[in-house]
Amino acid sequence: MKKDITRLSFILLFAPFALWIILLIILPHIGMVIISLREKVAPRIYEFSFANYVDFMQEPIYWNTLLRTGSMSLLVTVLALIIGFPIAYYIAKIAGKRSKGALFLLCLIPLWVSDLIRAFGWILLLRETGVVSTALQKTGLVSQPIEFLYNDATVIMGLVYTVILFMIVPLVSTLDGMDDAMVEAGYNLGGNGSTVLRRIIIPYAMPGIVSGCIVVFMLTAGSYLTPILLGGKNSSWFTEQIYEQFISRYNWESGAAFGFLLLFFTSIVVWLGLKLSGQTLSSTVAKS
Amino acid sequence: MAQKRNSAFLLGYRLYVLAFFVFLAAPLLAAGTFAFNDSLFPALPWQGFTLDWFFNNTEPKLGMFHDRRLLRGLYYSFVIATMVALLSVLVGTCNAFLFVRVEFPYKNFFYILMVVPLVIPGVILGISILVLASTVANGVEETFNYEIEFLRPGISLVVLGQFSFITTITSLVITARLRKFDETLEEAAFNLGARRARVLRTVTLPFLWPAMFAAGIVAFLVSFENFNTTLFLVGSEAPLTITMFDRMVKVGSTPVLNAVSFFLMVGSGLLALLSILVQRDETEA
Repeated sequence: MKKDITRLSFILLFAPFALWIILLIILPHIGMVIISLREKVAPRIYEFSFANYVDFMQEPIYWNTLLRTGSMSLLVTVLALIIGFPIAYYIAKIAGKRSKGALFLLCLIPLWVSDLIRAFGWILLLRETGVVSTALQKTGLVSQPIEFLYNDATVIMGLVYTVILFMIVPLVSTLDGMDDAMVEAGYNLGGNGSTVLRRIIIPYAMPGIVSGCIVVFMLTAGSYLTPILLGGKNSSWFTEQIYEQFISRYNWESGAAFGFLLLFFTSIVVWLGLKLSGQTLSSTVAKS
Repeated sequence: MAQKRNSAFLLGYRLYVLAFFVFLAAPLLAAGTFAFNDSLFPALPWQGFTLDWFFNNTEPKLGMFHDRRLLRGLYYSFVIATMVALLSVLVGTCNAFLFVRVEFPYKNFFYILMVVPLVIPGVILGISILVLASTVANGVEETFNYEIEFLRPGISLVVLGQFSFITTITSLVITARLRKFDETLEEAAFNLGARRARVLRTVTLPFLWPAMFAAGIVAFLVSFENFNTTLFLVGSEAPLTITMFDRMVKVGSTPVLNAVSFFLMVGSGLLALLSILVQRDETEA
């Protein structure tokens, strides 16, 4: 009797989870792979083929865009880590009890504002007629309006801005758990600032660093709004190619292939990162 | 000497933190402030304070509360976000009980599976769900000659698409709360003769309620601001982010977009505050 009830409650609780994961995550991805492996040979007639992937390999523009997206995403991840780590350390270890909560909340505010509005704000600041350009002219530093938009540096800055919170939040929660005595012990044993940072703080924060990096990398590689709005039409981000194939050309087969390739390559990068840092997915992102 | 160097370092450190927060705030301030500029363009110079971009009812300075397309976008966003929040909190609560209370084989594997939707790029979630839904709808239409309306791009698909990854967020929030629950409280209630359903209603759910509420607000906000997944699943009923994006790219922006931005920032700020207050009350009690 008791066993039956446990069984029943397991089934009742497992059902929504299974429906969600199978119907909305697993099946759609299988469908995407299947559709990417077929070729239109005549109207409404399809054949199994690798044509979409061959197209991708043969057209330098496609794989260049993917490489560019990947390398720029890596750069954004590194920058977000370098810029965000001191902030997270300050919030977790240096700020007083009261200002700590406030600073953490301040960090989260942009999280509640849509990507769209944040990118819009940057456009207003950085475009030719924007605030920064006008201010520079007013102060006499430059004589002509300057266009800060539509270059790679701005895209990278905008992406770092968009994703840095996802780096800071896991870092703060890991660093929060670190005992101050460990840092003191490091100093007492004769270590200087950089040794303590390298040998004690960073190894301790590793799960947080890796988890932040994974989320930031995936978000950056999959972002769409920021590269388009800050980089203009020729920012060549891979998600733009996917959109172009899917919506503008209505070529779902090659769009699905591109989607799969993006997922595949980002997963490989994440897997490499985990291997190199000696972490696992369950010790970082899925840590409860 | 060391003391002096140390304090100089600390000062530099503080300045860095300050600069960082200025960097965080700058675009938000820019987006919000120009909503009150009495000019046709969201740019300097400052022409004086106005509320026209909210309340004026004539062109060319049509305020957001008189702009029918923006209002319709706001309405669709609201409907979608409410449905996503309700659904994802419901499933998230089930997931929390599943992963905290039940032991079953491969639990760790399934837990990772639960977290994965959060790191899949939104664009890919969008296209994969679009592909599957259309394939099924086409198949049914060809064989049974019956059109499944809700599998075509539109509100229902947008809800499903956003639900697919927002459920991970709600599950994580509610799971974290349920782990802190002291199970002896439930045992006490059982010992006092309460039945399962009653214990759930009077002991466990009241404890979980703040987390469910907070998770619901987070889900609502994330849904409201989502763009990437929505972009591929949207039909003729465009939610607000899509409407705003179209204007930004095609028409060129007027300060009415700043007014919407300001409105959204204030709205989500208030909701976030509310969720924090609800959770804080509980921890103090």
